[in-house]
Amino acid sequence: MSRLAAAFTQRRAAALIAYLTVGYPDLEASLEAVPLLVDNGADIVELGIPFSDPLADGVTIQQASFAALKNGVTPARCLEMACTLRARLDVPLVFLSYFNPIWRFGPARFCAQAAGAGVDGLIIPDLPPDEGGELEATAARHGLDLIYLLAPTSTEGRIREVARRSRGFIYLVSVTGVTGPRETLPPDLPAFVARVRRAATQPLCVGFGIATPEQAAAVARLADGVIVGSRLVQIMGSGPGWQAALAACVRQLREAIDASSSAPAG
Amino acid sequence: MSVTKNNLALPDEKGYFGPFGGRFAPEVLIPALEELAQAYEAARRDPAFHEELASLLAHWAGRPTPLWFAARLSAQCGGARLYLKREDLAHTGAHKINNALGQALLVKRMGKKRVVAETGAGQHGVATAAACAMLGLECVIYMGEEDVRRQALNVFRMRLLGAEVRPVAAGSKTLKEAINEAFRDWVTNVETTHYLLGSAVGPHPYPRLVRDFQAVVGREARDQILALEGRLPDYAVACVGGGSNALGLFYGFLGDPEVQLVGVEAAGQGLASGRHAASLVGGSVGVLHGAKTYVLQDAAGQIAATHSISAGLDYPAVGPEHSYLKESGRARYVAVRDEEALAAFQLLCRTEGIVPALEPAHALAYAVELARTLPPDRVILVNLSGRGDKDMDIVAHALEVIP
Repeated sequence: MSRLAAAFTQRRAAALIAYLTVGYPDLEASLEAVPLLVDNGADIVELGIPFSDPLADGVTIQQASFAALKNGVTPARCLEMACTLRARLDVPLVFLSYFNPIWRFGPARFCAQAAGAGVDGLIIPDLPPDEGGELEATAARHGLDLIYLLAPTSTEGRIREVARRSRGFIYLVSVTGVTGPRETLPPDLPAFVARVRRAATQPLCVGFGIATPEQAAAVARLADGVIVGSRLVQIMGSGPGWQAALAACVRQLREAIDASSSAPAG
Repeated sequence: MSVTKNNLALPDEKGYFGPFGGRFAPEVLIPALEELAQAYEAARRDPAFHEELASLLAHWAGRPTPLWFAARLSAQCGGARLYLKREDLAHTGAHKINNALGQALLVKRMGKKRVVAETGAGQHGVATAAACAMLGLECVIYMGEEDVRRQALNVFRMRLLGAEVRPVAAGSKTLKEAINEAFRDWVTNVETTHYLLGSAVGPHPYPRLVRDFQAVVGREARDQILALEGRLPDYAVACVGGGSNALGLFYGFLGDPEVQLVGVEAAGQGLASGRHAASLVGGSVGVLHGAKTYVLQDAAGQIAATHSISAGLDYPAVGPEHSYLKESGRARYVAVRDEEALAAFQLLCRTEGIVPALEPAHALAYAVELARTLPPDRVILVNLSGRGDKDMDIVAHALEVIP
């Protein structure tokens, strides 16, 4: 069983997937944050490679990305960081990147180096399955899972296609919108998850707009994984003392998920 | 690659022009892009749609625009004969109205009530605001803060036309960020909203859609030059930011191999300075705003900052069909600096009594230099894609009339 697949079987409750932007507020902070995330209950860590034009992201991750770029973060630096983290931790690591930095690096070279660094999967928000065929094959050759996304607007045909092709898990975008905390979960989320569940056997992980323990608990009752990003990025950018705040936030999310999760249905 | 009449069959069904184009967009938008492609296909086959569009273009937008023989300008060059396709005389002052009107009609067919758009110089924003006002659609325009500042007149025009103008403070505060923000709005409101993209860029079907709505420019120009000169031009020249006015002109002559097609990009303060916006001349292949195409980027794949005196050309990518025309050799691309464009701007004002926008002033600058090298029996056709009222302040500053 792959490291990523194992992350969904080791707990009775849903998995907690934590996102951070590599190099925000600086590279040191990223290195320090990942073990904190894991120690406090994150099951998978998404390492965000910053991009100059993150058009699926809200203000928080946009600003974190611009700051990380100012700090000189490149895909090469992100690969080095994954390597360093892998030497210290066994947690599944997934890169989240827009397509252009990977394209520019060379998709084959990028996949080879990511796999070599001990990365387990890739999430590319602007690479739908329609355009993903080539990278999918390259990633598979290197044992990397290319994780596709679905949205509430996805048609039945597209859900079937992603169910056929997504590896590791399927990333369900909870809302029609960009990343960032929201007051409430969309009311049609249960129906959306059920629609995908009928077609897919992979674990289903829900992200976008999940920030509070209550929201995480509600998602954990529906899905196999809860993805939290912008909230954690906000905490990491909040200045001195962010470490304790981050640990507390992840712990609360973990506890809420554990308290509410039924056994994963996937 | 052979690009003659075959180009008319492009893009393929996945939105590719050879290796360029495609649909690199977030999943949430893919169904809307498919819906748009289908709605456009249906409209394209519907004679009633073409009749309505043609009627509005004629009676509301002022088409056909004239083709003007620039006699004094040609005489001053002492070479080839220069003709200007007068898109500056189209309603709202630029070719942008052709696409804005076409897409707005599609919005009506799709039953959506709200339109978002980006704008750089403000010409597309004004055209979209006008089309939405006339058709009764809600309209929100995203515009970089830097452009809001340097194109204040157009901001006021958009607001008069009933549009809401939202300044964008991220990044370079110019056209690229305005497009990002319009996409984010569309992602959020996709069920009710159409993104009325203003150039031949973006994910499929936009490059095709925008090109087709702009092709009226080339169709008219071809008929007009045949009527006036009894022959086709030797050169068709247009400025290229995203590239919609150039594609519109080029489509009149794509099947005529004797007509050389030249796209003129913005070299800003010079290609060597790094402060320019010449994606085709000085860039490399990448993926931005949903399409694989030439972009300006650094070694790590981050999109580069751009500079041009003209807000409408200040964009780090180009429509994918231009990338294809470049690679195939059917069109040729050059770049013109800010100061050359300014000189051509002044030259046209004084020789022809026409104040061009700074964008087509780039095309003019190249055409004038080209004309000087050619004998008088040669004909150059330039797309004068917009008028220069919006640029008065910038030009006054650049010429140090206003300190």
